[in-house]
Amino acid sequence: MSQIFHRSANSFARISIFGAVFMLAFLGWIAFEIDRSPWQTRQAQIREQPVPFSHVHHVGDLGLDCRYCHTTVETSSFANIPPTKTCMNCHSQIWSASPTLEPVRASFRTGTSIRWTRVYDLPDFVYFNHSIHVNKGVGCETCHGRVDRMPLTWQEHSLQMSWCLDCHRQPEKYVRPREFVTALGYQPAGDREEIGRRLVKEYGIQDVRTLTSCNTCHR
Amino acid sequence: MPTETGDRSRESEVGRPRPGVGAGHARPAAHLDRAKVGRTPSSARDPLVALFALAAVLLALASSACRQDMHDQPKYIPLRPSDFFADGRSERPLAEGTVARGHLNGDAEYYTGKGPDGQPVEAFPFPVTKDIIERGGQRFDIYCAPCHGRLGDGGGMIVRRGFRRPPSYHIDRLRNAPSGYLYGVISSGFGAMQDYAAQIEPRDRWAIVAYVRALQLSQNASIGDVPPEAREQLEARK
Repeated sequence: MSQIFHRSANSFARISIFGAVFMLAFLGWIAFEIDRSPWQTRQAQIREQPVPFSHVHHVGDLGLDCRYCHTTVETSSFANIPPTKTCMNCHSQIWSASPTLEPVRASFRTGTSIRWTRVYDLPDFVYFNHSIHVNKGVGCETCHGRVDRMPLTWQEHSLQMSWCLDCHRQPEKYVRPREFVTALGYQPAGDREEIGRRLVKEYGIQDVRTLTSCNTCHR
Repeated sequence: MPTETGDRSRESEVGRPRPGVGAGHARPAAHLDRAKVGRTPSSARDPLVALFALAAVLLALASSACRQDMHDQPKYIPLRPSDFFADGRSERPLAEGTVARGHLNGDAEYYTGKGPDGQPVEAFPFPVTKDIIERGGQRFDIYCAPCHGRLGDGGGMIVRRGFRRPPSYHIDRLRNAPSGYLYGVISSGFGAMQDYAAQIEPRDRWAIVAYVRALQLSQNASIGDVPPEAREQLEARK
């Protein structure tokens, strides 16, 4: 039986072997990029909701404080999606005949929950507590972005672990005085890091070693 | 094209629980067939390309589909729906005739603002300090100012958007109303105003009442109410 391959095929084989290394690295890089792309993390994607709730209107235009609806953010791990009753505080009178708000009224009449779609969905193996962040001077805006500019709500950041660690490694770059926690568009009065370092001390924010310890978030 | 079918058959293998096994040798017979027929250099690279494709699909799957088990564990987090209960809620309302831990609310004056005679109490259930008033002011701005306005004159943003205008705090009826009455309105609502019992803790409701008292004073004060040392400051600003 004669040779199947011509001699020149050897160079193809060599190229293929070397190429495979680069190819695998390339594929790894592709997978890495896919994993951190908004397609995977759902960053900046508007999630469909039963009622097209606008933070632009309620926060930007009307000036409602975050805590008017998200009442438990300062005391609980969970910031609270408001019950239908909170909507009806105003919408019993305002836009009370609007067809858009019919699901809200129906929920209030019948006592069934509105099934909102969760926008910020951390994995279940992550322990996250809103109250500690808010009470230590992490603004709502720091994670949730300018919600007063979100006609429909999207996830502002990737929620990837590296993103959490950005702040856990250098809290002084992100913290703000407690009285501005719910302020949107906060501008530090002076050097952000200098103020940050003072606040880290004042609020007793843990050292980086503790903040980046595995079981701080995975417990 | 044979390449295509070959790739597809390997892709479908990814769904099996043993990924990565036999990637290049999924169909050895087919592989040999093609090698005989083709006799071109490209056919030598064929399994390699297929391997890459398989790896890409595997990696893509590894980064998406596989992760959901740990992400969505079978446990209840706040407001996660439940298939077990008919209304779909994992958060259960109180069973009838029970009291939640720490919610006995035995101190009627503190929790209802009413005395034993059923009338609103005049006195505060706890001493009012500057901290309390400041806390009240902060809570007032969050929960009350949208309608009542920051000054308590009833001209808040929601009113400007069509909500029924509430009375100003700066009328005799409300200036003379006992503190327990204001507490009761926050707790139970009044007229078009819904109750804020779910949104504001009892202690904060009292703090808001204290702040409303401060607002009332601020809008109905004479120069005589200002301490002498602060009076100069005030006059200088005129």
